[in-house]
Amino acid sequence: MALELRQVTKTVGAETHIHEMSLSFDAGRFNILLGATNAGKSTLIRLMSGLERPTTGEVWVDGQNVTGMSPQKRNIALVHQFFVNYPHMTVFENIASPLRVQRMAASEVEDRVEEAARVLQLGPMLKRFPQELSGGQQQRTALARAIVKESKAIFLDEPLANLDYKLREELREQLPDILAGRGTVVVYATSEPTEALLLGGATALLHEGRLVQLGPTTDAYRTPATETAARVFSDPPINLADVVKKGDRVSLGGLEWNVYGQVAALPDGPYRMGIRPHYVTPLEPSDVSVPFEGLVRITELSGSESIAHFDIGGLTWVSQAPGVHPYRVGEAHEFHLIPGRCLYFDAAGALVAKGRDHGAH
Amino acid sequence: MARIELRNLRHSYVPKPSRAEDYALKEINLEWNDGGAYALLGPSGCGKSTLLNIISGLLNPSEGQVLFDDRDVTTLPPDTRNIAQVFQFPVIYDTMSVFDNLAFPLRNRGVAEERVETRVREIAAMLELEDEVQTRAANLPPDSKQKISMGRGLVREDVNVIMFDEPLTVIDPELKWKLRSKLKELHQRIAVTMIYVTHDQTEALTFADEVVVMQDGIVVQMGTPVDLFERPQHTFVGHFIGSPGMNLLPCELRGGRAFFRDHPVELEGPVSRVGASGEIGIRPEFVRVSETGIPAQVRKAADIGRHVVVEAIAGETTVNAIVDGETPEPGSAVHLDFMPEHTRLYVDGWLATERADR
Repeated sequence: MALELRQVTKTVGAETHIHEMSLSFDAGRFNILLGATNAGKSTLIRLMSGLERPTTGEVWVDGQNVTGMSPQKRNIALVHQFFVNYPHMTVFENIASPLRVQRMAASEVEDRVEEAARVLQLGPMLKRFPQELSGGQQQRTALARAIVKESKAIFLDEPLANLDYKLREELREQLPDILAGRGTVVVYATSEPTEALLLGGATALLHEGRLVQLGPTTDAYRTPATETAARVFSDPPINLADVVKKGDRVSLGGLEWNVYGQVAALPDGPYRMGIRPHYVTPLEPSDVSVPFEGLVRITELSGSESIAHFDIGGLTWVSQAPGVHPYRVGEAHEFHLIPGRCLYFDAAGALVAKGRDHGAH
Repeated sequence: MARIELRNLRHSYVPKPSRAEDYALKEINLEWNDGGAYALLGPSGCGKSTLLNIISGLLNPSEGQVLFDDRDVTTLPPDTRNIAQVFQFPVIYDTMSVFDNLAFPLRNRGVAEERVETRVREIAAMLELEDEVQTRAANLPPDSKQKISMGRGLVREDVNVIMFDEPLTVIDPELKWKLRSKLKELHQRIAVTMIYVTHDQTEALTFADEVVVMQDGIVVQMGTPVDLFERPQHTFVGHFIGSPGMNLLPCELRGGRAFFRDHPVELEGPVSRVGASGEIGIRPEFVRVSETGIPAQVRKAADIGRHVVVEAIAGETTVNAIVDGETPEPGSAVHLDFMPEHTRLYVDGWLATERADR
């Protein structure tokens, strides 16, 4: 099973929602669309599911052009961020509803619903009504309905966005297993970079209606082809600065360090440098690092990690570190930048050199 | 401003409570210092909203007392408790300007107009609303409206406590972290006792000096963000704080030692309590994939950039490890090594080891 977008565009009035884009998705892997609000994720899903028609271009499923075909005829399933269930039906009937439409025999409906309920841990809930369930169980019901009918494609549009984070954590861990091996094309839209990394598979990075990069999720993260790709695939935001390379030194305002690896081969001149927040740390790392002071503006604690937004020169940067760090807002704090982890982009925004990957020591 | 004390507080919504399950709040004893920043954290149904309503006076508890500066206010109506509240959704006057909205709680109490002017400007500046003070509230986006709502809570200087009930629900994700941090900063400047109710760990830990974690009507721990991460007093805290949460491994206790699937596991220190069921608790951050230790099989390894989250199976127990460096292949056989100083024992859910002097 495969789904293809061939040179599709979508314009609404004077606005271009999707610039010309070609993409194909296989059943064999977990496909992710990653981008901020308005990047074009939901529009793409609407085009693929048939809820909207592309302005130009074609949608192909399994070697068949389905561009003008209605969503019903495409045999697809959609899961939204809002839990969409029929309030007057039991969980069993909610899950069974797509099979009833197909007029499937009652005994087979029962088998299929029970199997879907087992996979989504809804067995004891089948006789209840959606409003008697927790948010997580309601979304599981919507997911069970999506997998029960063995559709050609399942589109998930930020399906975990409205769940408490512990439920999100649990369901996110189970989703790839639940959806794998069904011979169905899975396309999962998210605005959270960490979610994409946890899900793995392949990721299409989207920005303002354009496809920025496509590839295995980890590769896209480690080797962003452009500054835009690095920005799309970074949360907290990647730190950026204008730097100058001269001989074997790189300088950023008053900070300087020795060139490293690929950077040594770059011609002298100005570059755009990017460094991810976890390579700017409040504690001195074991790698070669450059200490500097930043004025702490905003701090966040996520439980196991501390995040600080701070001013350096005229820039606002972010540091992300494991553990709980006692920052004081409005005060200067020492941070350490790890030059060996920097990404360098040319004037056109293309990646020209990068440091070592995470994990390679 | 006030010091708040809750004594032997119990509450039931059923007329004649008899069993423990009948109580939405089972037994709460808490002391909150004057001027502190506190959070009430827990999943929906844990009793945090019931507790908030008892403090504000919307609900009279079945048993126990609420004291503000040693004065019993348990049965006093809300309007006499001198409390400011900020709710999930903006509570403002759409037809009024931002200025008049912020001034309302002060004018209502007959504060001199000169003082109103200074105070409103101050609060508007703190919330970055100073360019919009003359704008009608109706013309503002939802997050600005919620900022006004917060401002109305913060503007009075004579309140005993300001309570925030999931105040960031309507705020866009991109703005949430800004407001989260803003509130913390505001507390540092205003120094009024604040109580922040949420189910979101990041909001609670970012805002509060001390967090009260609740589950099933009881307080399972009150502590600083460091306490909650480093030394959870209850398995629920270990699970709820951190992502992924603490690993919990069923274990057997023999002669004061813990065994997981017949492997002895070194604990942080002596065992202080015994009971029906024991679990070893260790955070993924303190599990190493190594040559020695508990044998396990790798199920998944997700490289999330800053580190790799390894999910391994030992017997039937899932153990997560956060590792830096080499990523083990899914399916491979590994050993898991626990850092002893971070390995705790829980008996019937509660922490049952003491820290050894190392």
